[in-house]
Amino acid sequence: MCIRNNNAWTVASIVCLLPLFWLLFDIAYGQLGGNPIQAIHMRLGDWALRFLWITLAITPIQTMTKWRGMADYRQMFGLYAFFYASLHVLGYLFVDHGGVWKLIAIDILESAYIWFGVVAYIIVLLLAITSPNTAKKRMGKNWKKLHRLIYYAAAASIVHYFWQLKGNLLQPLFYLTIIVFLLGFRVIVWMKNRRLSQLMIPKGKVISLEDSD
Amino acid sequence: MIIKTEKSIPANEITDPQVFHRRRQMIKAMFAGALLPSSACFNTALAGSDSRVWNDLPKGPFSTDTAAVTPKNLVENYTNYYEFSFNKEDSTELAQSLRTERWSVRIEGEVEKPGEYFLEDIIAKQTLKEYVYRFRCVEAWSMVVPWVGFPLVDLIKQAQPLSNAKFVKFTSVYQPDTMPKQRIKAMLDWPYVEGLRIDEATHPLTILAVGMYGEVLPKQNGAPLRLVVPWKYGFKSIKAIVKIEFLKRAPMTTWQAFAPNEYGFYANVNPSVPHPRWSQASERRLGSGLFAPRRQTELFNGYGEQVAAMYSDLDLRHFF
Repeated sequence: MCIRNNNAWTVASIVCLLPLFWLLFDIAYGQLGGNPIQAIHMRLGDWALRFLWITLAITPIQTMTKWRGMADYRQMFGLYAFFYASLHVLGYLFVDHGGVWKLIAIDILESAYIWFGVVAYIIVLLLAITSPNTAKKRMGKNWKKLHRLIYYAAAASIVHYFWQLKGNLLQPLFYLTIIVFLLGFRVIVWMKNRRLSQLMIPKGKVISLEDSD
Repeated sequence: MIIKTEKSIPANEITDPQVFHRRRQMIKAMFAGALLPSSACFNTALAGSDSRVWNDLPKGPFSTDTAAVTPKNLVENYTNYYEFSFNKEDSTELAQSLRTERWSVRIEGEVEKPGEYFLEDIIAKQTLKEYVYRFRCVEAWSMVVPWVGFPLVDLIKQAQPLSNAKFVKFTSVYQPDTMPKQRIKAMLDWPYVEGLRIDEATHPLTILAVGMYGEVLPKQNGAPLRLVVPWKYGFKSIKAIVKIEFLKRAPMTTWQAFAPNEYGFYANVNPSVPHPRWSQASERRLGSGLFAPRRQTELFNGYGEQVAAMYSDLDLRHFF
């Protein structure tokens, strides 16, 4: 990760920590209701999901506003998604299950919704590890290929969210709607580009090349 | 010589005059009336007082250790009452609009004495006791609640079911004007319906509760009358009951109709039969503190000694 002397960037990165401070405040003052561990868990999961969504929103915003230079923010938001997802996973392992591996193993094996969470987390972990610019340079073309996995992480995380609920689906539907828009935007751009590139194929020249054979 | 002590009684320790004036009634109800609280006493309590109505009730059989009881404010603010809200904390306030006055219960079906009975008349005929039971939700959390109630079997005996009554169906109140999720027909088929096999319904562990923590049942916890079946997942313990039917065949219950592969008719607590989407092997005991470990869930929620015999010829994996 590259550290920048940029005021806006510094402010943004501190703002991203506010949900954590808010959570710590609620823990300290007992504001988390009857089942605080589950509340912590859901709060961290929600923020991981939100940061993942914000990360995915950067490219469409950039395209629409033609405002370049948001790539640094995309990296930062992505790393915060990883940060909150990590706290979510650590909380599951060491607070909720007290690090008792047998209990954890049974729970993961028997809980289908957790499998999707595991997939999403492994992807986000890989992306975070390969996030520094040095890694990006070393990986070349493969970097982009790898980082396209973020779409799979988004899909897995929303299934993870849906599958643990008994049926009150309003909140996950909200997140699903947003992700459909964000990914739909990319599909439209991709199709447009493809049509444009087809139009730009200089057909005449191809024929003339064949002729010259 | 009169020696004046410095201490005066702080205002918050002075007994509420209402309670003070009711003391004779309460004492009468508890001792003279052979442990039957008079319906007058119950009515006063229903009128909205939140003080203890029942002190030192005898403990029901199978009551667990009182020391393990979950703090009252947690039990009162963590309820799945989908008629009001899908959020456990929100139903506390929303449920206060429920109308519970002049409550009556219809008894129907395969019985000698069908009819509609006022709740106060039903209670007047029962011996109330305190039943300290474990409560295990299908969402893998649990608590220990000191219910005030009476064995369902005592009411069933009075209704005199016919020999072909094999199942009991319970129906919750349909009150769409006070219940927002009924009004918008959200998620489940309303009103809420639950059922038990007749041997489960007449088992001495199964009770109808009218109170908890020595007080009248709060509205969000199922006032004025709810079922408590401690060896089954919490959703079997239906709230705000208005109808009890005796049937030849098993009724279709609300959660079973909603997702038959996820919620069975039996819904016995069983750590080795996971819900299709999550494990039931362990549970979080509410009020146990941030760093308390999860508990291993017990078969039949630890009431196996009392109930296992009823299921000896049943494949619990199939009949979940």
